Amino acid sequence: MRMKKPARAAAILKDGLWTGNVTFSQMLALCPLLAVTSTATNGLGMGLATTAVLILTNLAISLVRGLITPQVRIPAFILVIAGIVTLADLAINAWAHELYKVLGLFIPLIVTNCVILGRAEAFASRNAPSLSALDGFAMGMGFTGALTLIGAIREILGSGTLFANASLMLGPAFKALETVVIPEYKGFLLLVLPPGGFLVLGFLLAAKRLLELRTARRAETAAAAPGCH
Amino acid sequence: MNPRPFVAGPFAHAGRTTPMIMSWVMIALTPATVFGLGLFGWPAIYLFAVTVASAVVFEAACLLLAKKPVLATLGDGSAILSGWILALTLPPWAPWWIGAAGAFLAIVIGKQVFGGLGQNLFNPAMVARVALLVSFPLEMTRYLAPRPIFFSGAPGPRDGLAITFGFGGHVDMDALTSASTLGHVKTELARGLPLHSVLADGADLLGLLFGTTPGSLGETSALLLLAGGILLLALRLITWHIPAALLLGILLPSSVLHLVAPDRYLSPAVHALAASTLFGAFFIATDLVTSPVTRTGQMIFGAGCGFLIFVIRTWGGYPEGMAFAVLLMNAAAPLIDRWVRPRIYGRDRKGRPLAVKTRETR
Repeated sequence: MRMKKPARAAAILKDGLWTGNVTFSQMLALCPLLAVTSTATNGLGMGLATTAVLILTNLAISLVRGLITPQVRIPAFILVIAGIVTLADLAINAWAHELYKVLGLFIPLIVTNCVILGRAEAFASRNAPSLSALDGFAMGMGFTGALTLIGAIREILGSGTLFANASLMLGPAFKALETVVIPEYKGFLLLVLPPGGFLVLGFLLAAKRLLELRTARRAETAAAAPGCH
Repeated sequence: MNPRPFVAGPFAHAGRTTPMIMSWVMIALTPATVFGLGLFGWPAIYLFAVTVASAVVFEAACLLLAKKPVLATLGDGSAILSGWILALTLPPWAPWWIGAAGAFLAIVIGKQVFGGLGQNLFNPAMVARVALLVSFPLEMTRYLAPRPIFFSGAPGPRDGLAITFGFGGHVDMDALTSASTLGHVKTELARGLPLHSVLADGADLLGLLFGTTPGSLGETSALLLLAGGILLLALRLITWHIPAALLLGILLPSSVLHLVAPDRYLSPAVHALAASTLFGAFFIATDLVTSPVTRTGQMIFGAGCGFLIFVIRTWGGYPEGMAFAVLLMNAAAPLIDRWVRPRIYGRDRKGRPLAVKTRETR
């Protein structure tokens, strides 16, 4: 089981970004996913906020993991998470007020996001601080990628734009991201509404499964091919 | 030596195949369809053709992707029928992309994603209709007074192209539209007017019966839809349970409320004849795939559809609720089937074996 540090880090990154992806493999945190991914910008903002919280909570819980007895670990984890989410909530309200207005209630609700407690329980409470922070980063980035991808698909099909209002929310540097994909588009309201989130998520899950089946089959035929050791 | 393969019964069957059932439903729909196409002229014919053709194309594409036999499966006629039913519920002069997008929603999202015919939880045509109504409220509520095809004032084949496909000229649709009966009543009641001044000359019941009022492509003529429904009943392709329960579910509450407050609630006659009541009762709610299996279950299902239609028409935001009601009850159908199970042969309703009656004990 023991792996060398770099190999271990690579495994953590791969797990967070692809094999154990929060959205596409664990299917956790679907509530914020369906609610805020009506545009790519919202998805990106929510993903980055969650990532920041996830890194900090994993780090904090890993640091105090020797002090918390198993009997009280769940309330203790939640207190740590709630404290850090409150910090993030205040920070976003202060420095990214436009983003705060859009994400609104979903920032305080990061506390109840099962991914945060899940990673605290499954990883941070059993691993060293550096690895835990890396796991928070990898899981958060996987989640951000999924949210941005779903947001982008829903935004293009639903309103014909991509990263609309990115500069308002994430700063003027992101002005270049704002594009109109389909000019004079009438809009397809269903995809902007929550059913669109379900539909896009369903198709992406199917696509990921298809991809994994193909790679598995290819690996099988490669292993079965004669002449190979 | 090969052992004889094990073959399970039943061996007797009615000799009915899926293509045969689908064709009979299409035949039953033909009078209302031909009447609707004539009533609304060339734009309606183009829209109908586009919707049915796209349904077939999307079905073929899905079958190709899933590596299923394309021609054999297309031949069951279910894609044509889904497209057909969807087209009949569309506003007759809707642009072509409404029909094409609707066919995509019906066939791909409503049916093939679940695994094809027989696997879908929701009625494909109604999935498409609701999705279109939610997404494109303007195009989906643009009704107009009938302009029969060979009468003066009806658009010719070339004007029809302009209306449906938008090339070769521009037609100002807003000048032509007129509200459907239910839509008119809904807006006027919302303004606080009493019903007797909204429908000053009484509802045009004869118009609703024969189909000379504004409405969806194939839903205008109650009489022809009823005739198609009776044909399906006579062929025993559907049973009376769902249509009867559905009509009862609408008529009972509307009669009571109409008697109590005739100025605020539409009469049961209007409810029965207007919009898609009869179309839904005979052709949509009776879909074999998405309705419960047992007779009792079908009656619960139909009554639920009817009552929900009445509730949505009376208190909901939309003037018509057939599609929403059917989808909601489709979602409830597995639950109904769990609750009302068919009796297994030789056992009672709770699954306990029946007491054996021998000659001595009798």
